[in-house]
Amino acid sequence: MSDLKAQIIEQLNLQEITPESIGNDQTLFSKDGLGLDSIDALELIVLLQQHYNIRIANPEEGPKIFHSVRSMAEYITANQTAKA
Amino acid sequence: MNSESAYITGSCIIRRNQVYLNGSLLWEAGQELELPEFLRAGYDRFSGQYPKFHKMDALSKLGWLAAEILLKDTRVASLQPEQVGMVLSNRSSSLDTDLRYYATVKDFASPALFVYTLPNIVMGEISIRHGFKGENTFFVSDAFDTALMSSYPAQLLAVTPLQACICGWVEVMEQQYEAALFLVENKSDGMAEPLTAAALSSLYQTNK
Repeated sequence: MSDLKAQIIEQLNLQEITPESIGNDQTLFSKDGLGLDSIDALELIVLLQQHYNIRIANPEEGPKIFHSVRSMAEYITANQTAKA
Repeated sequence: MNSESAYITGSCIIRRNQVYLNGSLLWEAGQELELPEFLRAGYDRFSGQYPKFHKMDALSKLGWLAAEILLKDTRVASLQPEQVGMVLSNRSSSLDTDLRYYATVKDFASPALFVYTLPNIVMGEISIRHGFKGENTFFVSDAFDTALMSSYPAQLLAVTPLQACICGWVEVMEQQYEAALFLVENKSDGMAEPLTAAALSSLYQTNK
């Protein structure tokens, strides 16, 4: 998950945040979490496509997938396994 | 048109990696710094604690930084959100970012760049930072039009709820950049110059 955190930081240009400072279960889009916004959500979709060749077929899954780093990692693992 | 009741109460000019506040050199960064590095150094020097800065394009960063410096220790923070507006201008619109965005389109179009493909976004970033909700307008012209930038803000101060207006020039194209922001108000602090094209031109040309 530390690699994924580093990718998120690079993709979203979170220059004042380190991978170590992001909790695995910290919410990504709430104000008391990482505080990401709607443009960040689009960038996370691009990240999945660029780094993992994963396209989100159902946009309604977005809030669940992007709840936290752990939920993103689980989605990536499940979809990469499914493709393998 | 010039106004008898509009005054220039502050100025911030950023060019050649130098920052001038009210005509005096406030800070100078190394000339070897390219624009992104200079803007980051300026952010660290004058602000910090605003992570969204890093997501902005160069035009927004430059305007945001100039506003940050210009507005420090002014009465603007005490005004109502609807009483502060902006009239900015530049030569290249958002072309610098437009080209960067276009370069991403053939691979993965960047949402983060796309949102900065309008020149007026810089005014949005400044407004978000300071909570301004007053009227704002962005003009594109070959050069800093001091006649327009004196008459239009003066008109806004005269006929709208605005009591203060940030006006000026924010230009970025590749490594060429310049910001000249002026705070104009309908009240004089005693030292302020009346808002005229000649006064704006004189301030703009200082140290150029």
